[in-house]
Amino acid sequence: MINDFNKDLYKEDWRWYEDGYEVTRTSVWTGPGCHNGCGVLCYTKDGKLEKIEGDPNFGYSQGRLCLRCLNMVENIYNNDRLKWPLLRDGEKGENKWKRITWEEAFDWLEETYGKICDTIKNEYGGIGPEGIVALSGTGRNAMWHGAMCLRAVFGSPNMSFGFLSADSCYQPRMTANLLKEGDCWILDASQLHPDRYDNPDWVRPEVVVVWGNEPLASNGDGFMGHWLVDLMRMGTKLIVIDPALTWLASKADIWLQVRPGTDCALALGMLNVIINEDLYDHEFVENWCYGFDELTERVAEYPTDKVAEICWLDEQDIIDAARMYAAAKPAGVQWGLAIDMQIAAMEASFAISDLVAITGNLDVPGGNVLVRYAYNSSKKYGCGLEFISQEMLDRRIGTDQSPIHKAGYTPFIPPDLLLEAMETGEPYMPQMMWVHGTNPIANMGGDAPRIYRAWKNVPYTVVVDYYLTPTAVAFADLVLPVAMSVERDSFRSWWQPLRTITASAERYYDCKMDEELVLELGKRFNPKFFNQFNDVHEFLTYMIQDDGYGVDYTFDDLNHKVYDWWDFNETYEKYKKGLLREDGQPGFVTATGLYEIYSPLFDVWGFDPLPHHMEPYESPVRTPELYKEYPYIYTSGHRHIGLFHSEHRQLPTMREVHPTAIADISPEIAEEQGIKEGDWVWFENKRGKCKQQAHIAPGLMPNLVRARHGWWFPEQEGAEPNLYGVFDCNANNLTTMGVYGPTHYGAPYKCSLCKCYKVTEENDCSPSEIVTKGGGFGGNDYTRFEG
Amino acid sequence: MEMTTPDSKANEYGILIDYEYCTNCHTCEVACKKVLDLPIGQYGIKVLEDGPRKNTLGKWEWTYLPLPTDLCDLCAERTAEGRLPSCVHHCQSGIMYYGTLEELAAKLAEKPKMVLFSK
Repeated sequence: MINDFNKDLYKEDWRWYEDGYEVTRTSVWTGPGCHNGCGVLCYTKDGKLEKIEGDPNFGYSQGRLCLRCLNMVENIYNNDRLKWPLLRDGEKGENKWKRITWEEAFDWLEETYGKICDTIKNEYGGIGPEGIVALSGTGRNAMWHGAMCLRAVFGSPNMSFGFLSADSCYQPRMTANLLKEGDCWILDASQLHPDRYDNPDWVRPEVVVVWGNEPLASNGDGFMGHWLVDLMRMGTKLIVIDPALTWLASKADIWLQVRPGTDCALALGMLNVIINEDLYDHEFVENWCYGFDELTERVAEYPTDKVAEICWLDEQDIIDAARMYAAAKPAGVQWGLAIDMQIAAMEASFAISDLVAITGNLDVPGGNVLVRYAYNSSKKYGCGLEFISQEMLDRRIGTDQSPIHKAGYTPFIPPDLLLEAMETGEPYMPQMMWVHGTNPIANMGGDAPRIYRAWKNVPYTVVVDYYLTPTAVAFADLVLPVAMSVERDSFRSWWQPLRTITASAERYYDCKMDEELVLELGKRFNPKFFNQFNDVHEFLTYMIQDDGYGVDYTFDDLNHKVYDWWDFNETYEKYKKGLLREDGQPGFVTATGLYEIYSPLFDVWGFDPLPHHMEPYESPVRTPELYKEYPYIYTSGHRHIGLFHSEHRQLPTMREVHPTAIADISPEIAEEQGIKEGDWVWFENKRGKCKQQAHIAPGLMPNLVRARHGWWFPEQEGAEPNLYGVFDCNANNLTTMGVYGPTHYGAPYKCSLCKCYKVTEENDCSPSEIVTKGGGFGGNDYTRFEG
Repeated sequence: MEMTTPDSKANEYGILIDYEYCTNCHTCEVACKKVLDLPIGQYGIKVLEDGPRKNTLGKWEWTYLPLPTDLCDLCAERTAEGRLPSCVHHCQSGIMYYGTLEELAAKLAEKPKMVLFSK
């Protein structure tokens, strides 16, 4: 039989022995980094991973794997990997280190901690531990570890993304969801059921709107992009909203080539059609929504001809898309990063959420379903907050300046205001950056040269990672090596199901699991709490039991179960069944109990309670003079298939697929600038410049360039001024910090302006030297822009 | 000694690829490299690209075609153990099928835009 897998070989046990191998059936999540947690079979001999294969007995990934896991052996045993703790043995940036033991590393930390607390007390009149700031990367299995180190171990409240300006990745969309319906929604591609497409309750979406992302490459927010291909093969039609022709866009029934940063206007135009043509779901709107009349008034301000002009779209295409989406039963939205990376991020998220709600697609099979972390495990970025007193919470940097942060809708401090504190010493100078699995100057930090300059003011930095990174070389005093996924005991509760992560291979040299690091540091700094755990398994049992909200079994039990599918996440129309609210009443977790089209909280906070269009920070419309000098729209951050952000650049197999930073430019720009395929080009604006190799991409919006992000070159000199060439191709030499909308959410990573021209012998130079030796590109303007 | 006739398709195996839905995720290429332990620049299967190009009907053509090379042995060792070829097992779009040429030829008729590779 075609493709039938052998049930004797592919067992449903958690571990077995086969041809001299120990086979461990588990899921993997970090490293390598990704947003998924696919099922694998690890084949080990003498504690060493020899091969890895997808587990066909796991509905989530169904045996499939991407490059990251297929290339696992090359990654784990790469000789560049950190082998033991390193203490700086020269000036910062010189890339000189000495090997130390973990004991010595912990001693150094204890001594430094004392100094930090003294400085904060004596010089800033503070409490002490708040001098430590933890930085986290995006959705990997290092979410709760950095948070626990920071809050439960050190007792500091200052947690932030690695200078991701205005929290522009999923945070705006999640926060919009939380405000409007109290829970997050995701597209239902049947991933919440173990039997997937065969599940009798599931319905295939007739239409999926792929909005502002390329899921085949990004797999964002726990959604495996190739599920969309499954749906297409079963008959689902696509509407794709993207300024670039993606492979999915080329297969779509309707492709809306929207101008970057105008998604909110587009959604309002579609809402206008759906409301005025009476295509909305009357039952849902009448019984479950608050503020529909106000929305009706608002969309009157967005007739489709006006929206077409704002978005650079054909009016009829907007109307057709609205009708197609509203007519489909069910229809789903797969949204992504581009929505977050604009100053109108929150507004666009509001409007798109409203589309889902008023068309009756919220929490229905094949629509957008409300989900929680499996078994409600709250152990995420916010974990450890119970260790922080109110007095200490009040010492958070920047939180008092943003109502949404102040109200506790996010456990993070605003990254832009953290950067200002590092520049001004107000309200106090952060004394130590605890960098837990993030590489900000190579990757997510906006205006990377500005971050570089400010970070040099911070006395101490500790980096927890797999490899020496540009961030570690530039700033770190201490570098701590951590284990990769198959070397770790851990778990994943992000959406569905609760998954074990069971160590199958021995840890590389002196690497520690992040889980061990938290526990052992905890025993040093907070023995009262952490001494209740004898080992990592006991600690992990505590984590998954989640103070009585989680499971009622141990971590060892989870190893054996491998997966545990939570029935809450399998249930549809939970708001009708009284499953969402703590009081057990039907409705949503909002003040009104309804889906809040009109947000009373936004009203209280002084924001517009309904979505509205805001022109991008720099745009042909808002800044026409600037547009004359910088005539191309500059976006960054579109994903490499098989890579994760700034990871994997050490790996020959990955570099064979992605040799260098290859940007997309439109055929029109190539023509105007005389650029040929493969030429190196400069992207430049008033903040800085970077060079990337040009790919001429048919179908790209004619005046658009798409720069790659995350590029540094481990094969080059690591010491400054080169710093692994981290600023040479750095897309964030051109992006911003301190620019966001009124809600403090969403920065214009994907909608600024630039010029583009060929790199020549005459104009070639090293941006890395300009930044590390020359103080940057000049013209630094640090004026905040807040909508 | 077992005799097979040269034209018998019942015992000959191949790979059927529904290339309409190939996304160029490179999974087949790398899955194969790891099984055959191939150096950089060598492939047991390689994805070829046509497009993107707006055709004379005004539609975008953008097609990928995974092409097994001479190094492909249909994962002889894996299939002897009862496993699928690694590219088939791991394909992210789930568009590769391993079976006898007879079975696959029947499946080939089910929809357009498929190719059948024999060895």
